[in-house]
Amino acid sequence: MDRYVKVPLSDEDAKSLKAGDYVYLTGTIYTARDAAHKRMQEALDRGEELPLEMKNNVIYYMGPSPAREGRPIGSAGPTTASRMDKYAPALLDLGLKGMIGKGKRSQAVKDAIVRNGATYFAAVGGAGALLSKSILSSEVIAYDDLGTEAIRKLEVKDFPVIVVIDAEGNNLYETATAAYCKE
Amino acid sequence: MRTINVSEVTEKISEACIEANHFLSADMKEKLEQATRQEEAPLGRQILEQLQENLRIAGEDMIPICQDTGMAVIFMEIGQDVHFEGGSLTDAINEGVRRGYVDGFLRKSVVKDPILRENTKDNTPAVIHYDVVPGDKVKITVAPKGFGSENMSRVFMLKPADGIEGVKNAILTAVKDAGPNACPPMVVGVGIGGTFEKCAILAKKALTRPVDQHSEITWVRELEEEMLEKINRTGIGPGGLGGSTTAMAVNVNTYPTHIAGLPVAINICCHVNRHAVREI
Repeated sequence: MDRYVKVPLSDEDAKSLKAGDYVYLTGTIYTARDAAHKRMQEALDRGEELPLEMKNNVIYYMGPSPAREGRPIGSAGPTTASRMDKYAPALLDLGLKGMIGKGKRSQAVKDAIVRNGATYFAAVGGAGALLSKSILSSEVIAYDDLGTEAIRKLEVKDFPVIVVIDAEGNNLYETATAAYCKE
Repeated sequence: MRTINVSEVTEKISEACIEANHFLSADMKEKLEQATRQEEAPLGRQILEQLQENLRIAGEDMIPICQDTGMAVIFMEIGQDVHFEGGSLTDAINEGVRRGYVDGFLRKSVVKDPILRENTKDNTPAVIHYDVVPGDKVKITVAPKGFGSENMSRVFMLKPADGIEGVKNAILTAVKDAGPNACPPMVVGVGIGGTFEKCAILAKKALTRPVDQHSEITWVRELEEEMLEKINRTGIGPGGLGGSTTAMAVNVNTYPTHIAGLPVAINICCHVNRHAVREI
């Protein structure tokens, strides 16, 4: 079913989303991928504050191409989420409510999603030009030296995603593939 | 003997990097349209329509098709009667990549050292494969490779006794393990034979063959057709979200091999199977 949801994501909205829902997100989300996650983990290990509040926020696993003049961002599609599996459970336990990426997640991440009533969304991989049209603004807020891997604050309007793993642990990749399997 | 200044190579490579990242070849576009017409799953069709819309926006607004504008893989087929002047050919190729990625607003995704991981900030160096061929022409194929799908690629050192069934299992295993991670619908490049590194290069090069052309070797063509059908029965579908379009083509290249071996490489590419060609 189609849903229009505000981000940051409220506890109620996160719990009500079901695997297979087609969701349009509007509000503020943050980007972080491999190198930024590594730095955040190192900050946590040292007992330091993270550059962004996790509570009810949504992280988009994405490193954009450079913006041409007059545009908020370049191509901006999702990267493979499993590379962040090592870091995601700790962030979910700090209140992270949603992740946007593509591809499978580990059991530890699934458990952390259920434990914290969070959601894993997929955006369409390889549709970075199209997805960039739902991003109104982009601002680097941390780790500027990482280039495309810096943490960015994005304002999005009707950003299209699909719920893959919901707060109950249902996994669309498993059910949808089985439905069309003819082996 | 024909003399070519390396600055010409730089210019062609720069152009080709920008072109490949904004426009797919006609055969890829046609396959995607065909897949959209044939896809059984409603969500799968919706995703395929979005991919077509994405291609339209990329070309019209000059926004890269995918934000992962890849590591630049470059196949150089150099006529043996060509002489290069004006400096190092390898430096000229990398200069072309640098200009293409910096001037073309492409993402810089290359780190200088695989462990220390400092970004080179200009997407160099490229991965360059040189081949010397008869004649006095130079053919340059620029194939930017994204790593969502590259990470799901595999090499299997099979035994001769594993035979064709072993090859089929290897291909299906790689595709199923890749699943949604490799941004399906995929193009699957397969290299069979040669040595450990040769089969990987064969697989990579297979991705640059038009997706509407089969191998001229009968058993290879039959393998390509059979594997495409089998892959599309897995149900993985567009975006890995279920459907009948998991791959758009399986391209297989072969080479003689050793009496003791059957190397097989599967280089998976997402639906953004990019390559631009220039001749000098």
